Amino acid sequence: MASLQVKPTRMELSNLKKKRKVAVRGHKLMKDKRDEMVRRFILYVRQNQALRKQVEEKLAAAMQAFVLARASMSAEAIEEALCYPARPASIEVGTQYVLSISVPQLKLAEDQGFDYPYGFMTTSAELDGAVQAFAEVLPMLIQLAEVEKICNRLADEIEKTRRRVNALEYVMIPQFDEAIRAITMKLDENERGNLTRLMKTKDMIANR
Amino acid sequence: MAGKKGDLAIIGDRDSVLLAKAVGLDVYDETDPDKASRLIHRLAREEYKVIFLTEPLFAACSEAVDQYKSETFPAIIPIPDSHGSSGVAMANIKANVEKAIGADILFAEEN
Repeated sequence: MASLQVKPTRMELSNLKKKRKVAVRGHKLMKDKRDEMVRRFILYVRQNQALRKQVEEKLAAAMQAFVLARASMSAEAIEEALCYPARPASIEVGTQYVLSISVPQLKLAEDQGFDYPYGFMTTSAELDGAVQAFAEVLPMLIQLAEVEKICNRLADEIEKTRRRVNALEYVMIPQFDEAIRAITMKLDENERGNLTRLMKTKDMIANR
Repeated sequence: MAGKKGDLAIIGDRDSVLLAKAVGLDVYDETDPDKASRLIHRLAREEYKVIFLTEPLFAACSEAVDQYKSETFPAIIPIPDSHGSSGVAMANIKANVEKAIGADILFAEEN
């Protein structure tokens, strides 16, 4: 490991000691952060998995129903029936923070009950079923979007934090330790050198 | 394309996404990955908050998707298309777990 190149002075030593203290503290904080993030991540990802499973089942059912509906109606008729939404769906969007990571908070805007966007004259019953099934999945889809985004962001952030923790633990702190040790040794050596010189001088003076 | 601009958009092949129109999502009918990628970038600029993408497109446009993965908005979410789920989305969750924890702890019991 490449060690830090430092001048062996007392000033450097005290600077290094301060830096090491900060690094150790940062390491501890970062480690706690990582642990908590992993804990939350596991909660969210379980939720994500369950939700995804449900949504996929229901959505697949809705799509199947739609395929059936297409078979029983002409393509133009379907297009015509579906082209004008009863009301555009919109969501309330906010930002929430999970351990100071900003994640979206999504909520389906106030639901005024579901109604079909078309008249029943030219459409088949299968289409009604498909549309209703899809409308029922929509709130879950929105929730899924929120949870999945949280998971993505958390996974990203956990990875980053883990790198930082490891960098501190295995690179920065050992480097500081080594540099501090090197400086201490050098200073001690100087001290001993000084002492012997003094003793030698004292002897020379006494022998005169 | 759709009446009023909401915050939700859905991109996919015609069969899969037409249904979404009935409940008021903004529907974009696209199957070409290149065009879909451009569309994703455009929709992101237009401040759509959630973009649903059918699984085949999600897999094909991974470059565009990854770019927005680490940002708060938009959330790009894969959904199964009319042929059913292909497992891309689940694989995505799994990849997340592996990335965050280093080992797959959720799906281990299922495989």
